[in-house]
Amino acid sequence: MPFDIYDFTSLTQWIDTSLNDRLSPFWAVVAEMAIVGLLILVFYALIGLFLVYAERKVCAFMQNRLGPNRVGPFGIFQTVADLIKLLLVELVPIRNADKFLFNVAPFIVIIASFMAISAIPFAKGLHAIDLNIGVFYVIAVSALGVIGVLLAGWSSNNKYSLIGAMRSGAQIVSYELSVGLSLITVIILAGTMQLSEIVQAQSTGWFIFRGHIPAFIAFVIFLIASTAETNRGPFDLAEAESELTAGFHTEYSGIKFAFFFLAEYMNMFIVASIAATVFLGGWMPFHIGSWEAFNHVMDFIPPFIWYLMKTFFIIFLMMWFKWTFPRLRIDQLLTLEWKYLLPINLVNVVFMAFIVLMGWHF
Amino acid sequence: MSADNFNLEESIRSFDGDAIVTEGKQFTEITVHPEKLMALAMFLRDNSEMGFDFPACVSGVDYGNDLGVVYHLRSTKHNRTIVVKTRVSDRQNPVMESVTPVWPGAEYHEREIFDLFGIRFTNHPDLRRLFLDNSDGYPLRKDYSDDVNIVTK
Amino acid sequence: MEEHLKNSVTDGQEEYVLNIGPQHPSTHGVLRLVASLRGEIVTNIEPHIGYIHRGIEKMCESLTYPQIIHLTDRMDYLSAHINNEAVCLNVEKALEIDIPDRIKVIRTIMAELTRIQSHQLFWATFGMDLGGLTCFFYGLRDREKVLDIFEETCGGRMIVSYNCPGGLMHDIHPGFQKRVKEFIEYFRKTLPEYDQLLTGNVIFRERTMGIGKLTLGEAIAHGITGPTARASGFSCDVRKKEPYSAYDRIKFNEVLFTEGDTYHRYLVRMDEMRQSMDIIEQLIDNIPEGPYAVKMKPIIRLPEGEYYQRVETARGELGVYIISDGNKNPYRVKFRSPNFVNLSVLNMLSKGFKIADLIAISGSLDLIIPDIDR
Repeated sequence: MPFDIYDFTSLTQWIDTSLNDRLSPFWAVVAEMAIVGLLILVFYALIGLFLVYAERKVCAFMQNRLGPNRVGPFGIFQTVADLIKLLLVELVPIRNADKFLFNVAPFIVIIASFMAISAIPFAKGLHAIDLNIGVFYVIAVSALGVIGVLLAGWSSNNKYSLIGAMRSGAQIVSYELSVGLSLITVIILAGTMQLSEIVQAQSTGWFIFRGHIPAFIAFVIFLIASTAETNRGPFDLAEAESELTAGFHTEYSGIKFAFFFLAEYMNMFIVASIAATVFLGGWMPFHIGSWEAFNHVMDFIPPFIWYLMKTFFIIFLMMWFKWTFPRLRIDQLLTLEWKYLLPINLVNVVFMAFIVLMGWHF
Repeated sequence: MSADNFNLEESIRSFDGDAIVTEGKQFTEITVHPEKLMALAMFLRDNSEMGFDFPACVSGVDYGNDLGVVYHLRSTKHNRTIVVKTRVSDRQNPVMESVTPVWPGAEYHEREIFDLFGIRFTNHPDLRRLFLDNSDGYPLRKDYSDDVNIVTK
Repeated sequence: MEEHLKNSVTDGQEEYVLNIGPQHPSTHGVLRLVASLRGEIVTNIEPHIGYIHRGIEKMCESLTYPQIIHLTDRMDYLSAHINNEAVCLNVEKALEIDIPDRIKVIRTIMAELTRIQSHQLFWATFGMDLGGLTCFFYGLRDREKVLDIFEETCGGRMIVSYNCPGGLMHDIHPGFQKRVKEFIEYFRKTLPEYDQLLTGNVIFRERTMGIGKLTLGEAIAHGITGPTARASGFSCDVRKKEPYSAYDRIKFNEVLFTEGDTYHRYLVRMDEMRQSMDIIEQLIDNIPEGPYAVKMKPIIRLPEGEYYQRVETARGELGVYIISDGNKNPYRVKFRSPNFVNLSVLNMLSKGFKIADLIAISGSLDLIIPDIDR
């Protein structure tokens, strides 16, 4: 493989062996966990800050504004300043709120997104846990966030929050189906649920190209459904600023609000990375058939960059939707899922299975 | 227009002999006793020659001794406007019949008049104060006084 | 918790009482709606108003006529110029003053510019109510150009106070015609963007079509006017029915639809912007020469009597009813404000629809709260 120059497997194995040499096996594992946890935490915070900045810039340019431009060059430190402000803001106690659930909810939301990010392969060998049921794990874990949203809405003792939470519950449970089914379409093609192997299987071509029409349909459905699952516009009914002021997080302030805020952006990042990994070849570079020179140049771009480029392309698409479309109504949202996306998806899965069976894919 | 109005006056007089019909500066004006207001309202709306189906404006007026209500009505068919005036002399407990059953659009106007003049409308579907609280009195009456908020020179 | 906000039980089913406003992103001011809900479905809306009731009608009774003008700006602040015009026309009619053509034409142009900027803001906020935040910035971008013209002409951007009894406060700016023509040329190019962004959008159509239908009969009986009524097929444009200022000498169409739903209330306003541009184009090159104001007596006393004048503001018919006892102050002034009447159908329109539709319907009525409260 030409892109082995950027293989992180040897690096991680070297760390593993050197830790095992110096420490007992138990403490070596503990040390590894600490390192991985710390790295992911830092990564998580940085990506979160960057995404908030990116969203504000993208939306500003769509609305012919400039966006943040005062703190640092091009306003890049704006989100840092915002974060410091959020840390310093008073946590307003809510009368008659269910204190325990109210405080626990933001943690549930953020832990769910934290768990999902650990299963994503950033590059060859750069992977916190490579589960053999990676796709399944990610779907399962990212769906946990809805519990936090429901708890937040229920415990806030606010009527807007409750409506927002109920909407969110109905929405996420429905769209979970489409997310799962569109991923199953690709799993049929790949023949594995392990994310690293799915990426590896795309070395000869991304699944969106290899899987003909059904893969493309699955990609589009995944984009729609995952946008809905992350509660982003035009499916942001749980927040629905113009109807429910701020929906489920109306009563949250300070760092607890920041947790919801960060989790929303990280969920967007997670679904975008899954879309990139499963449909667009993850960290695989872009190759065109027999253009040897072109492919060789592409190989020299590090896989981590490839992965981020694809992910941010999808994030950009999602931002584009959000800042262009008006919001759906709750019944239209459910109609879209249960009457259109789900039947199309089911037919699509059968279609894909047929194609794989006949060997018609590339 | 004058021939038109002549007709109008004649037919209103023939409907209600007590009503005073005068030709105002702009519109034909009818002054009617509050008890006969409802019957006149029905006539003005339902008679095909009249057809005053559009309640343009309902205003309360404090005439000093009397409290009055002025209805500006328009006919969408004939595109003409008529003014109906009525007044009660009981300032303590002014009561009038609501025209909301005839013109639903009068509902908010009458609530406003109740709020600012204190005229009670019977048969009104939802007669509550619209802008102010019960403690505020009826500020659009001429004898209203407020030492704090109204400065008289 | 306040008593009326407790969840109520009707027909054996508990209703969820939601307090929308007075501070809420989409009530556009301090309107408060107490909504009874069954799930997401609205069963009853009770508007609570009066949060910015300033007693303008009472204040008018102790002010002179030129002073009243400045209060009318503060009612429907998006139709400020047209409100001014209503009082001026009424005073001029009472005094039987002939107004020179120049004043009439300038007033008409300014009124149509006011209508355009009002509808631009409607479009902007309506898009925002439906969740399309980008609309807000597109609408305000173009509205800024009109406000610049206002600022250049009369110093004020929103609260213009450009009219006074007998004419205008001062003459137009020398560059007025050029600026207006530039704006029309610019806005003819950017108005199609509005359609691309919102009118043609599938989600937008789904959200608004067939929502909150107002029939012709209901519109007339409830006294609804303006774009809201014209979407239901009620031909009520005062500019056509009782032409004032320069409206009798220009050609334009009264925009009428028969469907009466939220989508068509929106369309009426979109088409009215085009009609307003046509009106301005007909007049802008033909502003006659002459004085910008008629010489008036220092103290204006209206002859004893009653005067009613109606004009078409951006939201419907504004009626000014002045009772004069011959003094320099009016005996009684009543403003028949379009929003006050239009609000009364909100409950009827939104019953049986969802919360999101309630927001869309109240957005499409284009309510301005200071005009309701006065």
